Order: sequence, then structure tokens, then C-alpha cells
Amino acid sequence: MLTQIKVHNLSKAYGHRLLFRNLSLTIPNHSVFVLLGRNGAGKTTFLRILCGLVSASSGEIEITVDGKVLTPQEKRAQIGLVAPELELYEELSAVENLEFFAGVRGIPFSLTSVRELLDFVGLKGRGLDLVHTYSSGMKQRLKYAYALLHEPKILVLDEPTTNLDEDGVKLVEAIIARQRRRGIVVMATNDPREVAYGEQTLSLDTAKPGDLA
Amino acid sequence: MFWQSILGLWLSLVILASFLYMPATQGLGESGRIIVYHVPAAWVAVLAYLMAMVNALGYLRHKDLRFDRQAQVNAELGTVFCILATVTGAIWSRGAWGWYWNWDPRQTSIAVLLMIYAAYFVLRNAVEDPQRRASLAAVYSLLAFLTVPFLVFVVPRVYDSLHPDLINLESRTFAMDKKMLVVFLASLAGFTGLYGWLYNIRLRLENLLHRLESKREVS
Amino acid sequence: MSRRFPWIRQSLVIWHKELRIEFRTRFAYSTLLMFAVTTLITISFSVGGFVPDSDITAALLWIILFFSAMAGLGRTFVQEEEKKTVTALKLAVAPEPVFLGKYFFNVTLLCSLTVLVVPLFLVLLNQSVPQWPPFLVTVILGVLGLAGASTIIAAIVAKAEAKSAMMTILAFPVLVPLLLAAINATRACLAGASGAAPASELYVLLFYNGAVLTASLLLFEYIWNE
Repeated sequence: MLTQIKVHNLSKAYGHRLLFRNLSLTIPNHSVFVLLGRNGAGKTTFLRILCGLVSASSGEIEITVDGKVLTPQEKRAQIGLVAPELELYEELSAVENLEFFAGVRGIPFSLTSVRELLDFVGLKGRGLDLVHTYSSGMKQRLKYAYALLHEPKILVLDEPTTNLDEDGVKLVEAIIARQRRRGIVVMATNDPREVAYGEQTLSLDTAKPGDLA
Repeated sequence: MFWQSILGLWLSLVILASFLYMPATQGLGESGRIIVYHVPAAWVAVLAYLMAMVNALGYLRHKDLRFDRQAQVNAELGTVFCILATVTGAIWSRGAWGWYWNWDPRQTSIAVLLMIYAAYFVLRNAVEDPQRRASLAAVYSLLAFLTVPFLVFVVPRVYDSLHPDLINLESRTFAMDKKMLVVFLASLAGFTGLYGWLYNIRLRLENLLHRLESKREVS
Repeated sequence: MSRRFPWIRQSLVIWHKELRIEFRTRFAYSTLLMFAVTTLITISFSVGGFVPDSDITAALLWIILFFSAMAGLGRTFVQEEEKKTVTALKLAVAPEPVFLGKYFFNVTLLCSLTVLVVPLFLVLLNQSVPQWPPFLVTVILGVLGLAGASTIIAAIVAKAEAKSAMMTILAFPVLVPLLLAAINATRACLAGASGAAPASELYVLLFYNGAVLTASLLLFEYIWNE
């Protein structure tokens, strides 16, 4: 069960504003990769390229699961993303949201397993409330349920503890530890406590061609 | 400079010949001389629009903004020549039928074509990001162009066409005398040359603007 | 069946989600309905007791449906974009089922509007329909085409700025053939039992639907992933 992310000569420019050039690195299985950098350094863009939401200017990111390179379609099943610019449907309840995403992903949906997942992220007893009644911290917790629903091999986290209380931060720690056993965590953060989780860190402020921390 | 002079000379000769050398057309009279300008303008409009479609497909395939600039220039030139064809057509229509505009099938189709490209330019102006602008414009122009052929089946039911056909389908003859045909073909070639020259100049200008913009962003 | 065509199943899931949200907010349907009913009453009021020519009635019916669709369906994708749910959806499913799901939803909306508006229209304008079956086919095919073209144009609009004005500007040139065919066919159906059934217009409507749907499925991913 080998999962691996390989970045080849990745560059991204918006118009002619260069974010990063010729990044090459390998993220091995069972590890946590932390991306650092000032605001606007390109952390989020890197994560978006990894998820296949944005195309790179040149180079590519190759994701291998069980020795097979994933196609863009297969990527959808193996990546879970938690990010500030990703929201869930406010007009639906948490359970309905998860039911919907299970439905489009084609994975079996059962109330008990969804209850378990919601309990795990700390939304016990609130599953049937509409999401627009949630606080921002609760919404963040629900995003973790969305990202873990299909048990992806790769968990991508952008500012993982935004809006979370102490309890929530502990939850994120637990999720990262669990995901490390299952596959890979890639995250972008500036919080020194979160940086400590990573085996490998890369700062986009200082990233020169071919540079790897 | 050399080819421009040839082109200028060529088109001047066509203009002179269309009034002095070419005889007035049978049935249509003096106003029929406009055919030397009207049909080539319509031809160049169709040519430029078709090229714009090819460029749009090229952009979607390669995601290279060069194709988008080509598509934009072709759409602009197509629209200019389309307006010329519409105006010359309306002038001629006034001479032959008595109205400038009567929603003849050809007039309807050309009006819809102009509306499509008007919408196309509105769309281009409403998108900031160049990549996104290119994709949306390409998709819209392909989608809209696809629906144009349906007009052929729908519009003639509203009014019967009064537009003369160049080729008489029943007798399979070309409805032009020899002198007229020579001038007409010369004009067709001249207009095509004019399109090529304008395209080249416009594209070079767009490419320069693009480079200027990128310089400004870097500094 | 559903295992062999995952697109169909996924698009039905999306359709269901749209319906659920629409039932809770009633945003699109109330816009559609209010727009159609206001125009209809204005027309009926200005016409008074006079029974207009079937030429004019046919055009009025499609003008009402066209502008209602523009007002009500323009926000099909804008909502996802503004509420940032678009990323969650993109990561979960391929572009084509998204298009189909939204298309099914727009068809549902427009059909439920038509069921109300067409009888009301015929009653208020005192119009009898001598040829029922072709009339129904015309309305159904016309509404399907209206929904199809509106869906793909709404996807383009959601990615552009100045969203509110764009929908009608972009959709009208694309919809001209459909509207002309639908108006011609409706006119023939309203004119009298003696008139021939408008077969060629119905074919145009049918092929227009096929062409727009096929092109939309092929082109949608270039908009969606932008």
C-alpha cells in the first residue's frame, strides 16, 4: 500500500508574477509535509495544483497509489481538502451535506457511519441542524468530516486550525496522526505548533530552483 | 512595403474597373455593381469567423494565449467585414427592392451573427483574468456558432428570400458575364489579400501589447 | 443501469440536492413565477377584451418564457461560486454530471412554471388551441431547449463579472433559432385545425436540443475548471 507524491520542476506564474519556479521534491508514504511562506507566497496555489483545481504553468505533480500513477479522475477519490476557500452547503444540514457528497462520490451512505464521523469531529447531536446555524469553528469541523468521508490516501490542509478552539486543535492533531498511518498529509501553515508536526518542511519564501528543505 | 503597394494598386484597379470596365448587370441595373464589394466582404467575414472558430478550438486544446489573440483579431476583422457586407447589402436592397431592411433570411442571419459577436466582445470585456477570458470566449463563440446553421431552416418560413443567387441552380450556369466575372474574381482576391494584411498588422499589434503588459507587470 | 452509467446516477444526486435547496429557499422559483405572472397580467391588461391575432399570441408566449428563464435561471451556478461550495463539488465529481444535474434541475423549474403559465396565458388571452398534440410537443421541446441553453450560458455568466446583465446578452443570440422555430410552430398550432402540423419546426427544435446538449457536455469542463 504505497502512496507517494512526486513534484517535478513545478512552476507557477500568474500573468508574469512568478510564485515559485522549478520545485522538485518527493513526499514519501506515512509522512506529513509542511509548506511555509508569507501571505501571497503561493502556499494555497501549490495546494490547489496538488488537488488538480488549478493547472501549473509548467512541470507536474504525480500522485502514486499502490504503484499506479493517478489520473485526474482517480485523484478525486484519493484527495481530501480542508481549506478556507472551500465551504459546504449552508441550506443543508451536516448529515444532508455528507449524504450528498457520498452520493456523488458513489460510496455507500449509512446514518450510523455518518453519525460516527460527526461524533469524531465533535459535532455530536448537531448533525440535523442546517449548516448556516453553525459557528465558524463548527463549520471548520464539518469540513474535516467532508474531507475524511471517502477515506482518502492524501489529506490536504490549508491553515488547518482556522477558527478552532483548543479542543479543535487537539482534534486536528489526532486527525493528522491518524492520516499519517493511512497515507500522507500535506499542509500549509504559519503556526509554529503545526509546523512541528511535519517530517519535511519547505518554505516558499526561500525556494530557489531545485531547492528542498 | 512592396506587397502593400501591390495590394493598394490592385484594389484601386478593381474600383476603377467596377465602374468603367464592367457593364451594368442585367436586371439589377447600375446598383448591381455593388456585388463587387458586397460579396467579397461577406466572404471575408465568413472566412475570418471560421478562422476564429479554428483558433478557439486551438486555444481549448493547447491553452496557449497566442491562439486567443488570433481568435480575437479574427473575430474583430470578421465583424468589420460583416458590418460592411450588411451596409452594402442594405444599400443594394434599397435600390433593388425599395427597403433598406426587410428581415430577408440573409439579413436575419447576418443580424444574428452580429449579435453573437457583439455578445462575444461584451463577454471578453467582463472577464479580467486572461486565461479565463480566453476559455469563456472560446466556449461561447463555439456554442453560438453552432446554432447559426439552424437559422437556415427556420428563417425562410417567415418571408421568402428575395436575395439573388449567384449560381442559378436550375440551369447550372453562373449568372455573370465574362467582364463582370473577371472584375468580381479580382475583387475577391483583393479582399482576401486585404484581410491577410489587416490580420497580420492587428496580430502583431496585439502581440506587442501583450509583451508590453508583461514587462509592466514584472517591473 | 446506474452502475454502467455513473453520470446519470451522479447527476440525479445533484438534481436532488438542487431541489432540496430550492425547496428551502424558493429563490429561483419565486423569481421565475413572479416574472412570468407580472408580464402575463400586464399583457392581458393592455390587451383588454380584444382577442389578439395568433401571430402575436405565439410571439408573446415565447417572449414571456424567454425572459422568465433569463431572470430565474441566471443564478444556476452563481450561487455555488459566491458561497464557495464550488471547490467542494469540483473535488467530489466530474464536470459532466454537474452540468447534467443542473440541467435536469432547470428543466424541472421551467416545466413547473410552464404548467402554470401556459393555461393561464390561454385563458387570459382567450385563446383556443385547435391542434393540441403538436402544441404540447412544441412547448415541451421549446422549454427543454430554453433550459439547456440557459444552463450552459449560466455557467459562463458565473465566471464573468457584471453577472446580472450578462445572461440575456449572451443567451439571446444563441436562442434566436429556438425561439423562431417555437414561435412558428406555436403560431401554426394556434391558427386552426386546417393548418398543417408544423413538422419541420419540430425537427428543428429536436435537433437544436440535441446539438446544444452535446456541445454543452463537451465544452462544459472548460468553463467549470476555469
